[in-house]
This record gives sequence, structure tokens and C-alpha cells, in this order.
Amino acid sequence: MTARDSMKCLACSLALVTAFALASPKALATGGGIRLLNAEVDLGDRAALQRGAKLFVNYCLSCHSASFMRYQRMGRDLGLSDEQVKKNLLFAGKKLGDQMTVAMRADDAKKWFGKAPPDLSVIARARGENWLYTYLMTFYEDPNRPVGTNNLVFDGVGMPDVLSELRGSQVLRAHAAPEGQEAEGKEPPGPRSVNETLQLERAGLMSPAEFRRAMKDLTGFLVYLGEPAKLERYRVGGWVLLFLVIFYWLCRGLYKEYWKDVH
Amino acid sequence: MKMMWCGLVGWIDDRFPLTELWNEHLAKYYAPKNFNFWYYFGSLAILVLVIQLLSGIWLAMSYKPAADLAFGSVEYIMREVNWGWLIRYMHSTGASFFFIVVYLHMFRGLIYGSYKGKRELIWLLGMGIYLVLMAEAFMGYLLPWGQMSFWGAQVIISLFGAIPFGIGDALALWIRGDYVVSDATLNRFFALHVVALPLALLGLVVFHIMALHQIGSNNPDGVEIKSNKDEDGIPRDGIPFHPYYTVKDLKGAVVFLFLFAIVVFFIPEFGGWFLESDNFEPANPLKTPAHIVPLWYFTPFYAILRAIPNKLTGVIAMGLAIFMLFVLPWLDRHPVKSIRYRSALFKLLVMLFAVTFVVLGYLGTRVPTALYSELGIRMGELYFSFFIIMWVYGQDRRPAFYFNTFLVVLVALLCIDWIRYDPSKGALMWKSLLMPLVYHVVFLLAPVFTSLNESRPVPERVVFK
Repeated sequence: MTARDSMKCLACSLALVTAFALASPKALATGGGIRLLNAEVDLGDRAALQRGAKLFVNYCLSCHSASFMRYQRMGRDLGLSDEQVKKNLLFAGKKLGDQMTVAMRADDAKKWFGKAPPDLSVIARARGENWLYTYLMTFYEDPNRPVGTNNLVFDGVGMPDVLSELRGSQVLRAHAAPEGQEAEGKEPPGPRSVNETLQLERAGLMSPAEFRRAMKDLTGFLVYLGEPAKLERYRVGGWVLLFLVIFYWLCRGLYKEYWKDVH
Repeated sequence: MKMMWCGLVGWIDDRFPLTELWNEHLAKYYAPKNFNFWYYFGSLAILVLVIQLLSGIWLAMSYKPAADLAFGSVEYIMREVNWGWLIRYMHSTGASFFFIVVYLHMFRGLIYGSYKGKRELIWLLGMGIYLVLMAEAFMGYLLPWGQMSFWGAQVIISLFGAIPFGIGDALALWIRGDYVVSDATLNRFFALHVVALPLALLGLVVFHIMALHQIGSNNPDGVEIKSNKDEDGIPRDGIPFHPYYTVKDLKGAVVFLFLFAIVVFFIPEFGGWFLESDNFEPANPLKTPAHIVPLWYFTPFYAILRAIPNKLTGVIAMGLAIFMLFVLPWLDRHPVKSIRYRSALFKLLVMLFAVTFVVLGYLGTRVPTALYSELGIRMGELYFSFFIIMWVYGQDRRPAFYFNTFLVVLVALLCIDWIRYDPSKGALMWKSLLMPLVYHVVFLLAPVFTSLNESRPVPERVVFK
């Protein structure tokens, strides 16, 4: 095989790899007729991860555990000193090396919410970052629900809208017909956008732009939480690939030398 | 220094056939010199096997095979074991790459007729490896104890329940060790996955290679290199495996590792093909996922299973789909080995088979809508038709033979459609019937009226292309 053939081969393989990676075997958690928002997660942005961690500890960690994660590891990955973690992120009675568990008992939680709040350690990997971001953005007032709120991408959600003090409250737009009411015989319309469906009724502590940024930070933190190694593996991977490229040229030289008298 | 080395080797040789083994299988094992791209996949399969064994050993050091600990232990490997994430991704990516390599290796055997000329046993042993590999992958997939692990195992084991006379349910119960997939199942699958099946796999690989070295490698020209030797008894078209193919395969291994590393480090989930998102939710026997999909390497057979509404018939069809591969050497008796010298129709036949297999694999991952189930049936028919045509093309046939076969196939196709006729999708059925119909018109009638099924002369010595 000549060098050009090998390059062609490699290019084809790379194209195949990309094609398959993009054509997912099944749609990741879809939005139930809602076009998912783009979370634009950037794990390189440490400040965003730190802000996300703070939101996570203040708003999620009272009910949801992240029991495969330890406070200390999180602090180190996010560039925080042990002191900073202790002061800002640690609950009373917790030690640095502890896992991020919750005090609430599972059967109590079940009584209160109908379902125990799931552990969030790998939630970003199960649901996908864009679904999570859209979920956080699309709570709305629904008097038919026991907790008074519902969610566009998680119909009948048991979780109360704990972020409403920051966001304010949203309602369905009048013309946004709930699902299942499309006129018969008509093609169902494509997925709707969040903006067409919801409107802000009462402002919260944050402006809409601030809230969007906060939720992106929180989603980014959840992505980190799902796989802390992600911070490291791209970096290591780059060196491994570089080594393999150099090693390839050595092997190719060896091969040419041995094979030059095979006819 | 050299003296010492020779002394040591001599000391061992008096007690163990070290030099003899080295020469027989590497330094004086002659391989055809015209191996092409397709011939990398044998040595790559060994490379992946080694990757799987080593990464598997290290995973087993931290993994806990218990229903309440398994999911968490995998996450601890990902977070708290040094380089645990790398070891785990190597193992999960390695599983998929193993099947990619093995499928390409099998396809190589198919296009160059590598099961011919006293090589039936090599093919059978290889199929044995493939079967054990499927069991190994299936049991390994239960171990992370996520939702797909659990429900995938539940669905596949329940297939045994389709066997009638009360045997099926008893068998499924015996495999699970419980009435549902549970801790008992997880523990025994772990034992089989890390001890029993790898041992079987290694044994079969050794036999596969021994059988290959007994008769010698096939090659893209289909020339038997051992039948043309020089005065010293060395094949004229061969070169010693070591160092020629060791350095060539080393180069192939590096390219392979490059692609492997791209997946391991940058896209380990591979868009859900290698690690499914549902499997990041712990197994929950009370919550059935909306859409249960096996991993991609099983989906061609899964599509055949699912295309047939009757469970027992589906299971039999799936079993038959794998069994047909076993008997391939006895179906394809054509004297010409390599696709290079076989007819245009044969080339088309093999390419269509590859397409059929890929489309079936895709269908197996989709929600079975009316269109997709119908397509599943038709693709299943094409899958089995391939083996019929292989058998028909195995020797020179008279025109009447082609006509009769065509009639028999036509009647069989119509019978299948008559049995499964469903007025609500009659139009779809008639339209899609065109697929197998055109297929058989082309492959069974064209040889009678055209010269498209004529082979070309095979060279006596290898040629370089």
C-alpha cells in the first residue's frame, strides 16, 4: 500500500467515524414536540463551572444527591482551594472528603414528591445537556398539577419550580395549544420553539438574560459532574494521537526497509 | 552476550520446543506476499483481544458484581480509580471495535473465499469465536447494571422462553437463576464473562490459528502458495511471516490504534452507538424504558427477530440467520476462490449482502413502524436469499435449474406473504415484494440469458495489483 493509499484509507475511516457518531442510533431524550435549546457547554470556562457549582449546591443539593462525587475532588477540578470549598459549598456537618449526599430519606421524599428525587451524578449523560438546559428553562404555571407547575419537556414533573424566585413565573401563551388538540387530518406541525410557547408573566430576581446564563452555568456543571474525567481526557488524547502519528512514520520506515526487496 | 543468549535458548530448546514453535508459526511460516488491506484484520483481532483482556483484568479489580453496588462501582472506576476512566473506555470501545474488526475479517473471508480448499475448519472455528464473542459481549453488557443492561438482558433471555413444551421457561429460569434478571443473574454473568468465556475464546483462537497454519493462508488471488515451491521447499509466492508481516501489521496496528484513540479520548459514547445514554440510569425493574435497543453488533439479527410477529418463528429465523454463516463453506462450492476472478453477478451479490446486513443493523435500532417492519421482513428475505444464490452459483447449472429455483423461491415468497397477509398494509406489502422479486430475477434469470455469471481464469502465481 502506498502512502497515498493509506492517507485515503485514513480519510475514509475518519469520514465514517464522523458520520456514525452524528447519526445517533436513537434520538437522545427528545423534547416532546419542543425544539431543544442549545446549552453551549464550555468545560474550559472555569468561572462558569464555579458559578454552576454554587447554584447546584444552593438549589439542587438539598433534595438531589450527587453521591458519586466528593466535595474535595469537585473543588480541585474547579480550581477552588479546600478553604473556599469549606466556606462556600460545604453543608454544615459535612467533611471535605465526603460524598455529596442529602439528608432527606428516600421514603420521606417519595411521600412528599410522589417519587424520590433522582441522584444527579450522571444525569447529564442520561438526558443530554440540551435536554437538561431546556428542562431548567421551561417550567410554567399549571393549576392542574399538585405542585402548581409543569414542564414543557417533562410533562407531569414531580419537582416543584424551585428556580422561580430567580426566573419569575412563566405561563403558556394563549395560542400555544396543548398537545393532542391539533385539528384532525392535518400534519402535526414541527417541533415548537420555547419562545413561541411560553411567556414570562412575573419577573424574578434575575433578568431573562442573566437567568439564561445561570442555567447554562448550571448545565455545564452537571455535564462536568457526569464525567469529571472529561476535563482531562481531551488533553491526554491529544498527546496520545501525536505520539501515534510519530510512531506511524517510524513503523512505515521500518516496513519500507524490510519490504523493498519483495517483488 | 550473544553466547549467553544462545546458551539460554539451547537450554530451553532441550526442554521445550521454543525455537521450533517460533519457526513454525513466525520466522519460517510462509505467508503469501500479496496480502492487501483486508488482511490486517486478523492480527488486529488479536490486538483487540489483548486490549480487552488487559483492560478487563484491571476493571475486575475495582468492579463489584452485586445488584446494589455494580452501577456505583463503575462510577467509582470512572472517578476515583487512577486512570479508571481510560481503562473503562478502552474496554467499552474495545468491545465495539472487536466486532468491527471481526465483521471486516469475516467479510474478507467471504470475498476471497477463504473457507475453500480444505479451509472449512478454519471458518468453523472462526464462527465459533464469533458465537462466543457474542455471548461474551452480551454478558459483559449486563455488568454496568444500567437500564439498558437490565432490560436488554431481560428481553434476550426471555427469547429462550419461546421454546415450546415447557422447556423454554425452565431454560430461561435456569439461565437467570431467578424469575427476573437479578443479583443472581449479574453474579453468574460476571463469572462467565471474566472466566469461562475468555478461556473458551482463547482456546478457539489458538485452534483457529493452528488450523490456518496447517493449510496455509489464502490470498486475494486465491493462489495456493504451498503448491509452488522452489528447490529448497520454500513457497515461491511466500515470504516469512516474521519479519515481513510483523512489521507490516505493526504499521496497521498503529493506524488502528489512532482511530481507537480518537473514540476512547474524544467520543467514547460514539453518539450512543457504543455507550447508550439510557445505560447511565441505574437498572430499575419497575420502569421499562420506552425503547429497548441492543448494541449495534446484534441489531442485524435483532431486526430479523423483530420482523416476524410470531415469537418462536422469529427466534428460529434469528438462529437460522447465524447458522447459515456456519454452513457457508458447503453452500459455496465454486472452484474459484477470489471475488477478483468471479462473475460480475457474484460481485453484485456479495455487495448487496453487505448492504442488506448494514440496513438490517440500522432497522434493528429503530422503533418498528409499519414501514420499518415491512422493510425488516424484506431485508430478512434478501439475507436468506443470498445463501440460496451462493449455493446455486456453486457449480455450473443448466438453464432448467435456474428456472426451477426461481419458481420455488417465488412460491416460497408468496407463501410467506399469504401467511402474514394483513389487509391494512396490503399496498405496502405488494410494493415491497418487488425487492426480493427483482433480486431473484437478476440473480437467477440473468445467468441464463446473459454471460454476466462467467468467471475469469485464475492465475497460477500471485499477481500484484
